[in-house]
Order: sequence, then C-alpha cells, then structure tokens
Amino acid sequence: MAAEKHSMSMSKKKTIVNTVSYIVLGLISVIWILPFVFLLLKSFDIGNTGVTKNFIPSAWGFDNYAYLFSSDCNFLQWYFNTFIIALFVCVIQTVMQFMMAYTLSRFRFKLRKPLMNIMLVLGMFPGFLTMIVLYQILKTIGLTGDNAVPGLILVYVASSGMGYYVIKGFLDTLPKSLDEAALVDGANRMQIFIKVIIPLCKPILIYTVLTSFMGPWGDFVFAYTVSLGSQAGMNVAAGLNSWLSPANIGSHFTHFCAGGVIVAIPVMILFLFLQKYYVEGVTGGAVKG
Amino acid sequence: MAQLTDLEYLKLNKAQRFGLKFTAFFKAIPGWFKNLGIKIWTFMKNFFWGVVNFFKNLGLTFWHGDWKTKVSYFVMGFGSVMRGQWLRGILFFLFEVVFILYMVLFGGKFLGQLYILGQNESSMGDDGTIKYGDNSFDILLYGVLSLFFIVALIYTWYLNVKQNKIGEDYVKAKKQLATAKDDVRALVDKDFYKTLLALPTLGILIFTVLPIFFMILVAFTNYDKSHFPPQNLFGWVGFDNFGLLFQWSNSEGASFSMTFGQILLWTLVWAFFATFTNYFLGMLVAMLINKKGIKLKKLWRTVLVFSIAIPQFISILFVSNMFQYPDGIINGILSTLSGGKLLIDFWGNAWIARITVIVINVWIGVPYLMLVVTGILMNIPADLYESANIDGASPWQQYSKITLPYMLFITGPYLLTSFTGNMNNFNVIYLLTGGGPKVQEYYGNAGKTDLLITWLFSLAVNDTNYKLAAVIGIMVFIVVAVLSLVIYNIIPSTRNEEEFQ
Repeated sequence: MAAEKHSMSMSKKKTIVNTVSYIVLGLISVIWILPFVFLLLKSFDIGNTGVTKNFIPSAWGFDNYAYLFSSDCNFLQWYFNTFIIALFVCVIQTVMQFMMAYTLSRFRFKLRKPLMNIMLVLGMFPGFLTMIVLYQILKTIGLTGDNAVPGLILVYVASSGMGYYVIKGFLDTLPKSLDEAALVDGANRMQIFIKVIIPLCKPILIYTVLTSFMGPWGDFVFAYTVSLGSQAGMNVAAGLNSWLSPANIGSHFTHFCAGGVIVAIPVMILFLFLQKYYVEGVTGGAVKG
Repeated sequence: MAQLTDLEYLKLNKAQRFGLKFTAFFKAIPGWFKNLGIKIWTFMKNFFWGVVNFFKNLGLTFWHGDWKTKVSYFVMGFGSVMRGQWLRGILFFLFEVVFILYMVLFGGKFLGQLYILGQNESSMGDDGTIKYGDNSFDILLYGVLSLFFIVALIYTWYLNVKQNKIGEDYVKAKKQLATAKDDVRALVDKDFYKTLLALPTLGILIFTVLPIFFMILVAFTNYDKSHFPPQNLFGWVGFDNFGLLFQWSNSEGASFSMTFGQILLWTLVWAFFATFTNYFLGMLVAMLINKKGIKLKKLWRTVLVFSIAIPQFISILFVSNMFQYPDGIINGILSTLSGGKLLIDFWGNAWIARITVIVINVWIGVPYLMLVVTGILMNIPADLYESANIDGASPWQQYSKITLPYMLFITGPYLLTSFTGNMNNFNVIYLLTGGGPKVQEYYGNAGKTDLLITWLFSLAVNDTNYKLAAVIGIMVFIVVAVLSLVIYNIIPSTRNEEEFQ
C-alpha cells in the first residue's frame, strides 16, 4: 500500500515536471520561430513599406514579391549571381579541403607539423585585415565591379584549404588498415584516395558541400566591397543590405523582408533535408576540433 | 615541502589543498623560465649550426662536384638534365627563367624602392591632367611579392644543388637514378601529398599569407586618408602607430589609446558572456529535449535548427529592426501592453544596447550549441547516472558531478575556439547595432558596442585609416594568440591526434 502511494506521488511529480518541460519547450519554440513569422507577415505588408510597430499588416498583398521580380530592381540578377557563386564555391572548396585534410591525416612528411602550425597561426588574424589587399589584387586582374562574381569565387575558395579541421577529424577516425590493405593490393595513393577514402566520407562530404554552399549567401561585407556597388556584380546579401541604409529603409523594408523570404526558402529546404549530416558534422567538429 | 602521497593529500581539507596548489604554482614559475631559457638556447644553437652546416655543404658540394654540378650552381637543373632526369631539370630551369623575367620586367623596380616606398609625388600638369608618380601601395605589395619570390628561388636553388649531389653520388655508386617516368609515378603515389598540397597552399600563400604580411607592414607606415595612393605617397614611420596605443593624454579630442582600451575590455566581456550564456543555455535546452519522457524530440530540435538554416544577415537584420526605437515591433508590443507608456530605446543607450546584444546572441547561438551538446550528452555512459540514482543523488548533484565535468573536459578546446570566435564575431555586432551607440569620446567614430573587429572594419572602410586598422588587427592577433596559448596549456583535453588511428 505504502509502496503504491509512493509510486503514485512519484508519477504525479513526473507529470508535473513533464508539463513544466513542455511549457518551457513550447515557449522556446515560440521565441525562436516568432521573428520568422514576423518576417513573413511583414513581407505581405503593402500598407507601409517601412519599419512599423505592428506585425499584422495594415493591408495585405503580393506587391513586395511582385516588385522583386519586376524590372525596377535587380533582385533576380543578385539571386542568380549568388547562386552561381555558391555553386562554384561548394564544389571547389570541398575539393580543396579534402585535399588538405587527406594529406594531413594520412601522410607523414617533414613539413606537416610546421604547415599545421602556420595555418593555425594564420587563422588567428582577423579576416577583414586582408580585405583591402585582396580587393587591390582583384582590381589588378580586373575582377571587381561588374566582374565581381569570378573575383568573389576566387577569394572564397583560394584560402579554403585552411578550413580542413572538420574533415581531418573525420578522416582520422577511419582506420589506417584500410589504406594498408589497398596498398598491399597494389593500389597507388591516388587510387586509395579516390576509390577507398572518398566513398567512405559521404556524411562529411555532404556536410562540407552544405556549409560551403550556404556560406556565400550570407557574405555581404566582402561582396559589397568587391562589387563596388555595381548592380551586375552584387550578391543577394549585399543587395538586400543596401535596402536597409537609412536613405532606403523607409521605402524598401518590406522588399527586404520579401527578398529575405525568397532567399531563405531554398536554403532552408536544402538544410532541413540534409539536417542529419549537418548535425553529424557539427558534433564531430566540436569534439575533435 | 616534501612530496605528499595521495593518501596524505586526500586527508587535507579544501583550504589546505588550495594552499598547496597555490604554492606549487608559484614554485613552478622559475622552472618554466628555466625550461624556456633552455629551449631558446638549444634552438639558437641548432639554428646556428644548421646555418653553418648549410653553407659548408654548399661549399663542399661545389668544390668536390663535377662540372655538371658546378654549372648547376648558375644554370639550375643543368646537372639533372645531363644525368637524364630531364623533367626535374627542365622544371628547375623554367623556374629560374620565370624568376629572372619577373625580376627584370616587373618585380625589380618595386623591390628597389621598398625601403622608401616611392619618391615621386603625383602632380597636376598644366593642362589639368594628373601625372601619376610612384604608387606606394604597388611598391609595398609587389615588393613583398618579390621577397616571397626570392625566398622561393633560394629554396628551389638549394633543392637543385641537393639533387645534383644525390645524382652524383648515385652515378658514382652505379645506381639507377629516378627517371622522368618515375617522377610522375611518385607524384600519384609516394609523393602524392605534394600533388594534393600544391593548389591549396599556393592559394593560401597568395590570398592569405601575402595580404597578412602586407598589412603587418602597413602598421609601420602612415597609410591613411591623407597619404592615399596614387594621389599621395605613404612611407615608413617605424613604431609610431603602436606608440599611439600608449599615449594616454591627447589634447585634441578622443584618444586612440583610451578608445582601444575600452573597446578591448568590452570585446573580452562580450566574448565571455556570449560564450558562456550560449554554452550553459544551449546545454540546458539540449538536456531538456533529451530528457526521458519528453516526446516529439525531433520536432523541438527541428524548430531550433530552423533558425540556423536562414542566412544570418536576414535574421539578424530583421531582428535588429524589430528592436528599433520607436517604431520597431518590440516597442509596438511594449506600448500596447503598457498603454503607450513604456518605450525602450534599445540601441540608443550603451548598457541597454550591450545587454540586448548579448540576449539576442543567445537567440542566435543556442540552436548551434544545442546540436553540439546533444551529440556529446548521448556519449556519457548511462550507468554513471544509474549508479548515481541508486546512491540517491539529486538531479543537481548529477549535473554538477557527472554531466558538467564530462562536458567541460570534452568541449574544452571548443570553448576556447568559440571564445576567440566571439571576440571576432563581426556579423552579430555589425548587423545588430553597427557598433552604436556612437559616442564623441571615442576615437574614429567608434561606438559603445563596437568590438575590435568591427572598429577595425569601420576605420578601414569609412575612414580609410589603414595604418590604425592594421595596428588593431595585429593587436587582435596578439590577444587571441596569447589567450589560446595560455588556455590550451591549462585545459586537460588537448589530446594526442594519433590516438584515434
């Protein structure tokens, strides 16, 4: 009898704890989702194009979206630019990082440790420090302004070898006996890399492609500097950001919101589909990094 | 003090243990310096003998070498070609030709002026056209590039000599030298790493190392708005810019040193709060979701991950405008709730802005931390909790004695990188506040929420004050490097990388 009572109070306590947990989780979810709901609502606001106190639009309509696709603005051009950049960057960056990571994980050569240390030290310099010089280098080879797209691709991928850590962490967990077995079977190192190692790297490969595809969508500082305000060379982030300057925000804030929704949707869908791999990469990187 | 045994140590109370550790720490300091001294001494000794041997070998190789080797000292790759290793030989020779062409046609004139960064000012001609003189920027950039080239040449030249020596020894011993075919084969097999590394390292060299070298040098020049090429020249000023950091009194307006000190302090405070609020709240959320008996785990997680998927510049810029005064959504809600009485100028007041930034950063960072922590939480052996339960440990005890120590041990390095990452967290600060509220008493239009990195950016982009931007960049590097070095030596979880394989 007593034991039964005890378990009763236990389960009661459990219910209370669980209820509180659900309330907290619900609250958290609301806080994390609400800004995006506001963003979505605001993108349908055709009553006031500036920043407003009310999140419910005073008048509803698709005008903001229509504006994005009209000839009045260059949104489509920016979107296309960003897509091209992201496509190239995700392919080249993944290849470069794999080359670096595989080398540092599998080969032992004299300059290996120094190389890793140098890259570690280089990583401690703030990134913007080099922006002025990179801009000048790009200008010299004519890849600024209207030609900013190839210039941006070049800058994004050129130093990407330095971001090898997550992949190397993954490769380090693959047993070396795999390599040795293939070596005994007469494969050379290149064949081992391409035919043995790469196929085993699917999760981390998807993670790398995903993150490097998403990177260019968010960069506005460098994209803005390199494109010099040229509409033909700007990416989506720099373009949308320019709508929020004090002079433009009154007439363009809702356009920004609509543009934000259009940018977010494909990236989000991609992300939610590949969530599993992203989570694996993030946790792996944090533990081994 | 004699070394205590484990048992004796365990008998001590907490204060005594602390005292023991405290004294041990200070007692160890002379030892550190001694070790450091020994290390430096051995390094110097090795370095000196290395240099001596290097030149001795070069001389001996030349002296004892045959005529092919001797010619190779001047025409790179000659010996290799003559001994049948034509691929290497031609590559050596090509490099020499490229180097000479580069120096004669392009690099030489910049290198020659590197010591003064140009002498001829640009001038306005009689007909109103500008006649450009020397361009200090180009001189510095291509001068540094030429120096890189020279280092590369010396290294290649040394390789070339070494190859000759090996070639000669092989021929003497009647051994087969590696042919061009062997060379190619090695590049996909034994030396495959050279093939793989070529492109990434070249990219890093040109797009990271060269610019960083350049900017470090800019910190020693007067490159700013009034010394802006191609209209004006800039030149070397030694340590003057760094001197500004220690110049406390400044008669005319805001001082650089004071601003730097204040911003550095806020950067550290920000990094501390941004890292640890995210860490603990992220851990809390992760534990809540992973708790036994909570359903729909996947849904809760997806809701949070959702906010990572949206590019930061959209979400942060929108949130920044939500907190706008007086027209933002948050103020709209506040005034509705309070009947129009309560409006908060979130970005206008220094302390409110700082707190708001940290709070919003929680919103940005927690989902990410939640993912990181979830993975690690699942790795904690469940039997630890079971036995703790049997022993009657409360949830708090379980957390502070099992979960937290485990987490701190595993995520030590991650905490360090996220601390330094937050010091350089440009996106959050720049998109939320732009560094504001701007104040008069700060130098260079800096604001109360500016981090060193955002200040660097606005100095460089808005004021074209490159010299001070470079100084700040170097200081950021020094702070990050020192912090990393110290913390990395303290935390226990820096592991041996070979352990995994």
